Amino acid sequence: MATLLELTAVSIEFKTDNGPFKALDNVNLKIREGEYVSLIGHSGCGKSTVLNIVAGLLQATTGGVVLDGKEVDEPGPERAVVFQNHSLLPWLTAYQNVELAVKQVFRGQKSRAEMKEWIEHNLHLVHMDHAMHKRPAEISGGMKQRVGIARALAMQPRVLLMDEPFGALDALTRAHLQDSLMEIQRELNNTVIMITHDVDEAVLLSDRIVMMTNGPAATIGEILSVDLERPRHRLELAEDPTYNHCRQEVLRFLYEKQRKAEDYPNRSQSKDRAREEANVTALRKKHVA
Amino acid sequence: MIASLSTPAWLEPYVRLVRGDRPGAQVARITRQLGLPLLGIGLFLMIWQAGASKIETSLGNLPGPTQVWEQVVNLTEEHREERLRAEAFYQRQHDRNAEKLAANPDARVMPIRGYTGKPTFVDQIFTSLKTVMSGFVLASLIAIPLGIVIGLSGATYSAVNPLIQVFKPVSPLAWLPLVTIVVAAVYTTDDPLFAKSYVVSVLTVMLCSLWPTLINTAVGVTSVSGDLNNVSKVLRLSWLGHVRKIVLPAAVPMIFTGLRLSLGTAWMVLIAAEMLAQNPGLGKFVWDEFQNGSSQSLGRIMVAVLTIGLIGYVLDRCMLSLQRWASWDKTIATR
Repeated sequence: MATLLELTAVSIEFKTDNGPFKALDNVNLKIREGEYVSLIGHSGCGKSTVLNIVAGLLQATTGGVVLDGKEVDEPGPERAVVFQNHSLLPWLTAYQNVELAVKQVFRGQKSRAEMKEWIEHNLHLVHMDHAMHKRPAEISGGMKQRVGIARALAMQPRVLLMDEPFGALDALTRAHLQDSLMEIQRELNNTVIMITHDVDEAVLLSDRIVMMTNGPAATIGEILSVDLERPRHRLELAEDPTYNHCRQEVLRFLYEKQRKAEDYPNRSQSKDRAREEANVTALRKKHVA
Repeated sequence: MIASLSTPAWLEPYVRLVRGDRPGAQVARITRQLGLPLLGIGLFLMIWQAGASKIETSLGNLPGPTQVWEQVVNLTEEHREERLRAEAFYQRQHDRNAEKLAANPDARVMPIRGYTGKPTFVDQIFTSLKTVMSGFVLASLIAIPLGIVIGLSGATYSAVNPLIQVFKPVSPLAWLPLVTIVVAAVYTTDDPLFAKSYVVSVLTVMLCSLWPTLINTAVGVTSVSGDLNNVSKVLRLSWLGHVRKIVLPAAVPMIFTGLRLSLGTAWMVLIAAEMLAQNPGLGKFVWDEFQNGSSQSLGRIMVAVLTIGLIGYVLDRCMLSLQRWASWDKTIATR
């Protein structure tokens, strides 16, 4: 599988009232076609910034992103985005929301009948056939997010970018949508970059987990390959040693190596250090159990 | 809208009562829905009657509810009589023409002359409504496009905003002399389609009622959510596509809020404008009665006051229904 998307020495600096703020520093990443990559890290480390740069909604100050050999400098449907807040147009039905994207991307390429079929196919992929003529105000959060995913898929993107797509949903809905996503991934074999906070979700869904260091000047800390066979079933994986090992690695990165500075204010105090060590050991014991 | 077959909320208790569905609860609901407002109105009428009889003015006793009701009856009677007189007038002309033709089929027939009687109270209500709708529609036609342009372009907003802030608080009574003089100078055709008083009233209403719509449209256009803008960017919508498909629909609820406020303002401004411009509507009616100074005047003015209030209420409710039907955001202020 060839490299589809490449980030090279990407840094971004924001001009603030207190001077320039370097959010990302020297991010390098190669993503192959058909790969599912998760981006994980503490809040505020710059994961969304990386995604926005790949999406073209932000411009890197140095370095660049290359997709399919072409440089990325503006947003486009070939890098479709699924936002954390579904971002559906509230005055259109689910069908019309997807139709807007399809008409914009496939104008002149598909006939009206083909477009209709394509829209319905994508809504069927996310199990939203029964509610496709309802407005966002009439459907639940999970359903809205499904429609958001359908809209992104309907654009036939080269890379699907998802910014904490299930962050606003409850655990059960999240589980359903994760399963749907794995099903879609299996069928379409699309390339996905997903931002998540949930370690279990990252290990379950991804081929590789990219762990980011804390901001400012965040960069890629570690990259973990998840060598689990597909299809993955969450109940079976709970017993799998590879799964647990991967989880442990990610947790170790997040909670030991990249503790958030605010959690432990006086790192130099020896008394606090002892307390810190005790906390970390307790955490490790709890998560590994 | 009409497609919904469910009973409207206010009718539901009666339907349930007829069906025998928990009569106690239904009676309680009807009492709250109908009984309490009636009680409030009843108390008000009693206080009015008691208080009015105590106040002696230069035109006689301040009228209470009963005298006002008498005037309502009088005004309807006068309207009916006037209509009969107009009919008779036209009938006489038709008869005269028919006679002429019967005697000599080739005789030249006089064209029917218009009836020049005094406009009745009901006529004046319709004149007021016509004037306010003209002013309001004219104001909306100017305010909505202008609001959209201001909302889309920050530069235009900065340029125009000081003018908006300065002209917004100006009272219609201050505009009237200027408008009257300008119209007198500019509107000088020999056969005017509209009376000068009508044009003056419409322009004054327009000048005062365009601000709420203008400001609310601009705010609606600028406050499109960031996420929707991002969606538009990812889809690579053209500027026009972005405005047509994202900005305008998103702004519709705010535009309707502005329209509703504008209509309320327009109705209030109209009465004042009519009074001074002498447009033959409710404003002129009140002014004439005040100048007239007959024993019935106060009662009639009160009838006018109540009519103005009721019409304002009905206009607002119509606008609200229109807003509910056309606007996608059903949660927008519905009081």
